[in-house]
Amino acid sequence: MAVQFKKETIAEFESIAARYPVRRAALLPALWLAQKEFGWISTDAMVCVADLVGCSPAQVLEVAQFYTMYQKKKPGKYHLQVCQTIACLLNGSEEIKKTIERILNLKPGETTPDGKFSYQLVECLASCHTAPCMQVNDDYHENLTPESTEKLINDLRKK
Amino acid sequence: MADFQPQLTKRFGIKNSHTLNVYLETGGYSSLKNLFAKKPAEVIEEVKASGLKGRGGAGFPAGMKWSFVPQNTGKPIYLVVNADEGEPGTFTDRFMMLYDPHLLIEGIICASYAINCHTAYVYVRGEFLEQINRLNAAIEEAKKANYLGKNIQGSGFDLEIYVHRGAGAYICGEETGLIESLEGKKGQPRIKPPFPAVVGAFGCPTIVNNVKTLSSVPWIIEHGAAAYTAIGTKESAGTHVFGLSGHVHQTGYWEMPFGLPMMEFIENYGKGVKGGKLKAVIPGGSSCPILTAQECQDLTLTYESMRDHKTMFGTGCAIIMNEHTDMAMVLKNLTHFYADESCGQCTPCREGTAWEDRLLKKIVTREATAKDLDLMLEIANNMEGKTICVFSSALAMPVRSFIQKFREDFEKYLVKNTVVVPEKITAN
Repeated sequence: MAVQFKKETIAEFESIAARYPVRRAALLPALWLAQKEFGWISTDAMVCVADLVGCSPAQVLEVAQFYTMYQKKKPGKYHLQVCQTIACLLNGSEEIKKTIERILNLKPGETTPDGKFSYQLVECLASCHTAPCMQVNDDYHENLTPESTEKLINDLRKK
Repeated sequence: MADFQPQLTKRFGIKNSHTLNVYLETGGYSSLKNLFAKKPAEVIEEVKASGLKGRGGAGFPAGMKWSFVPQNTGKPIYLVVNADEGEPGTFTDRFMMLYDPHLLIEGIICASYAINCHTAYVYVRGEFLEQINRLNAAIEEAKKANYLGKNIQGSGFDLEIYVHRGAGAYICGEETGLIESLEGKKGQPRIKPPFPAVVGAFGCPTIVNNVKTLSSVPWIIEHGAAAYTAIGTKESAGTHVFGLSGHVHQTGYWEMPFGLPMMEFIENYGKGVKGGKLKAVIPGGSSCPILTAQECQDLTLTYESMRDHKTMFGTGCAIIMNEHTDMAMVLKNLTHFYADESCGQCTPCREGTAWEDRLLKKIVTREATAKDLDLMLEIANNMEGKTICVFSSALAMPVRSFIQKFREDFEKYLVKNTVVVPEKITAN
């Protein structure tokens, strides 16, 4: 196997699996652990997860593909997830999208050549009163304007 | 409304409101004394009498739902909290978990005691990592102080709560989709019956309740059903956290009793419509049929008024649109959302949502004719009531209401001067 979980991760998984009457129920948590450890869910990671949970790689694949937050492609260091749903649309998410696409020269689904930024459009982030909104990795950035978006990206560039 | 006391948001704004210390100082966990003095069946009766409705969107009476759990199967009973908040326009459970996680835990204890459940799962949408961390920390605190675990506060009642993180699928907010997801599968809804109360998570009786439904329960147990029904209206008892987004000067969320007129909500809380006059309101999340400004004039924030206006209360979070809003573009946004989020299980939904999306794309790129608009309505009719869950209807309803109420917004995109081909060409 090309990738292997750390011992501590396996121990963490076992303590999570004990919360459920069925081991299979720990598949979503296992995929989260894999994403945390390997950065994304590669085919190798799926095989590794299947081995840990005790189900077939095909079962892991169908679950990993169903849920959009599992990254099946290696994301950039900063993964920009722009909400494209109704409340954000009404408050200018199109401008935010254009700003990102202009500054980083990216289309949705793409990553910058240096691997620093990836860009994805997502559905409602439950931040409708602070629209438009974008999630960068795990953090929410709300009430965005084209200017604040540009500043945010420039700040991340320097990091 | 002068004597109204907030129940759900009273700790919002207090420093460290998420900690056990602050929670206890502000009257937290005080419902447990009343709770454990009652028999579980009496708790169910109390909640039934309170008229508390499910706050997740469907509005099903919570006490009634609990009473459906069979107590003689010999199987464990589960409570699953639906914190997969993802309905476009809805954003209040997020703050319930962030600012008052112990209130949710107290609600879970009440409900679990009522239905005889000893293991509860909180299914939180994957994006809410901050909320997940808060909840986990609160659960740890509650365990240490014996509000969770074995023999809670000497009552003899045991309960464990676990947080389960979702991973970005709107359909997991549907209760059987959520259960499938909890079991480690794709979140594809199940055929009902059997309903989850009888066969739910792991083949066992399961109750799925929304965050605010459960957070409302401790107040009812502490103050009694009669005090709860005295707030709000006859059919919509109690308080709710109402939200406003879209074209208003002040977006946000406010707790208040049911019954405020929608126009007052927009004017007094939202500080009026931004950028022009009011055109339309989606009253409770994107699945609810849209209302015109005219229809909103006598609308109140209650289940019954929404029903009388042929829409739904939903989640109580309204999206406001001004007169310059292009309804074709808004509906295009919604059809894209539903086409993207359809779980793909049932043909009318999988094909219908995508077809509606393609037709709208054709409309907004000015390639469609009037026939396409009628086709959209026909597809909507064929999507409704023909699938395992209500997702398909959740798009059919907006499509129908948008086109019926704002047809001119769509017609302006249609190709004019189209050569009309006669349906029958006769020899003469």
